[in-house]
Amino acid sequence: MGKIAKDMTGTSRKKTTNAMETMSRQRRHFAVAIAMGGLAVGMVGLSYAAVPLYQLFCQVTGYGGTTQRAEQAPDAILDRKMIVRFDANVSRDMGWAFKPVQRSLEMKIGESMLAHYEAKNVSGTKVTGTATFNVTPVAAGQYFNKLECFCFTEQTLEPGARVDMPVTFFVDPEIVNDPEARNIQEITLSYTFFPVKEEPEVASTENSAPRPDGT
Amino acid sequence: MAGKSATADHHDHPTGLKRYLFSTNHKDIGTLYLIFALIGGIIGGLLSIGMRMELQHPGMQIFSDPHMFNVFTTAHGLIMVFFMIMPSLFGGFGNWIVPLQIGAPDMAFPRLNNISFWLLPPAFTLLLMSLFVPGPPGGDGVGGGWTVYAPLSTSGSPGPAMDFAILSLHLAGASSILSAINFITTIFNMRAPGMTLHKMPLFVWSILVTAFLLLLALPVLAGAITMLLTDRNFGTTFFDAAGGGDPLLFQHLFWFFGHPEVYIIILPAFGLISHVISTFSNKPIFGYLGMAYAMAAIGAVGFVVWAHHMYTAGISLNTQAYFVAATMVIAVPTGVKIFSWIATMWGGSIVFKTPMLWAFGFIFLFTLGGVTGVVLANAGVDRAMHDTYYVVAHFHYVLSLGATFGLFAGWYYWFPKITGYMYSEFVGKLHFWVSFIGVNLVFFPQHFLGLAGMPRRYADYPDAFAGWNYVSSVGSYISGFGVLIFLFGVFLAFQRKEKAAGNPWGEGATTLEWTLSSPPPFHQYEQLPRIK
Repeated sequence: MGKIAKDMTGTSRKKTTNAMETMSRQRRHFAVAIAMGGLAVGMVGLSYAAVPLYQLFCQVTGYGGTTQRAEQAPDAILDRKMIVRFDANVSRDMGWAFKPVQRSLEMKIGESMLAHYEAKNVSGTKVTGTATFNVTPVAAGQYFNKLECFCFTEQTLEPGARVDMPVTFFVDPEIVNDPEARNIQEITLSYTFFPVKEEPEVASTENSAPRPDGT
Repeated sequence: MAGKSATADHHDHPTGLKRYLFSTNHKDIGTLYLIFALIGGIIGGLLSIGMRMELQHPGMQIFSDPHMFNVFTTAHGLIMVFFMIMPSLFGGFGNWIVPLQIGAPDMAFPRLNNISFWLLPPAFTLLLMSLFVPGPPGGDGVGGGWTVYAPLSTSGSPGPAMDFAILSLHLAGASSILSAINFITTIFNMRAPGMTLHKMPLFVWSILVTAFLLLLALPVLAGAITMLLTDRNFGTTFFDAAGGGDPLLFQHLFWFFGHPEVYIIILPAFGLISHVISTFSNKPIFGYLGMAYAMAAIGAVGFVVWAHHMYTAGISLNTQAYFVAATMVIAVPTGVKIFSWIATMWGGSIVFKTPMLWAFGFIFLFTLGGVTGVVLANAGVDRAMHDTYYVVAHFHYVLSLGATFGLFAGWYYWFPKITGYMYSEFVGKLHFWVSFIGVNLVFFPQHFLGLAGMPRRYADYPDAFAGWNYVSSVGSYISGFGVLIFLFGVFLAFQRKEKAAGNPWGEGATTLEWTLSSPPPFHQYEQLPRIK
């Protein structure tokens, strides 16, 4: 302030106007910069928001063959057959043998069915696993409903233990009204078991230092 | 004491290392960007010649390990995108020319500008270091391509090379975001009195649109590669199905950045080509407003077409149909630009100076690449073409050839302004013709290879592809020779020291930078120009 006052007494008033112009210009610059910086930060936030949104999107639309979960079977059973095939995979680093009891089932659209998988822990340690799943063709995901499934919870197997894993499901009769899905004759239901990350991480080849998050 | 008061009144004009290291002057920083891009381009170019040497004949030629070939491919892509084209067109010419063209004394945030530039050398160093540290088991470097898809970039490449590359991209991204903020502020707030947005030169328009694209796209890349980083090192599972993640999400995030990125690369070239063509046709640009809004439209639509890179990743029929249509829509504003350039030349008194030759080359090559782009936009066609050399040919025609020919058009156009010396017309034209023949020999045969089904990202191929691969490799040596001619031309210009006039191009050059001396004074526009 003192400096400006000195300028006033000194050369001219021009310098003060210059100083004020500079200040207001600075303010305008910072306003734009902060808005733009906010935009950039917002986009970083959006990229992280994409993670749950993408999951939600898949669940709602059956995108990528994401199956649906239902509380009760539909009322209508159509007089159209559908073949459901069963596929089982185990992550490379998991000592489980995992296979479907039946390779395929024939059922009516809308009818509830019970299928079984079987898992055995062939490793020497206790292993907890969780399964990811989807169906192909992916367009069927929206209409493939599970009432009960072993994949809803984590499964723990002692060394050498064997367990029967049931899944109850039905195909929503709405499928016949979807132009993309109505010609589907066969649906393959696929599971892949992964170890739940508390065992030492086998995937990382670095002399497996404990993961910092400890979960 | 006298010296001290002098610095208080006039800005200091430091010299030597200090001038550049601490520079806040947009012209010095622009020069730094251009030199940096030159180094990046030479390294990236050498890598590509290494790739062509490997592919010259079937079987393994110069690499003992095919992984090394993929490392070269990856580094070539990343370097050319982040350390050559972006620093030259956006950083270099943007810094040099934008303040001159809008009648501003400097950028809005000169010190931020300094940081933006000086983030790049560490970023580049990190990327170069990644070549020499372990990547996948038994190999050095990152071999996953510039797209660094998970899980190849997570569980598939456990060594630190990928972390180096990720951090390099973080720094380069931060640099670009900061300079984008700087450009937007400068262009919004510092235009000379009377210069409305609708009177702004098209190059400034192109930089403005590019800056917005950077601001919206790069943070998404930053987020995606941060997720990669934590997936790799801190046990998160964003892209790991074992923990409920989805590797496909990475592709969506990457291409949400990746597609606008290709417009980030090409838009500044669009802008400067307009000036070159208008200058050497001695006519104002045809359809100025259409040109400006075509760029804005390309930028906007560029954000909603990303999944056309993912047709084979299992997206539903309806989604594919949408992305096909949206992608083809981009051909409309691009067509507006191409036709407006041609209409600008129509009836003009065209002078075939070197920059004009490069601009011609740009239009020819970019249009060719654009046409194959429309072909590839079809999801059905892409089923067959995906990841073949047809795609390689396509994106090199638009990005490598389109963008670099634009870059060289700008280089020869503004070289007299930037350095104060005239370049040699003969050497410049020789550079053009050798490059034009060279690059077409490299990439045109790759269309045939791709149509015949040769997949990209392999160090070896069946004998059936030998002929055109040989032609392509010879072309790359010719293009490499073209670069030597270019460097000789630069050397010659500095050695001859033929002074350039303030406006060496005559009355066709109407933008504000030509009203200044060549090179412009260290600080320009003490009296702001007024635009009528």
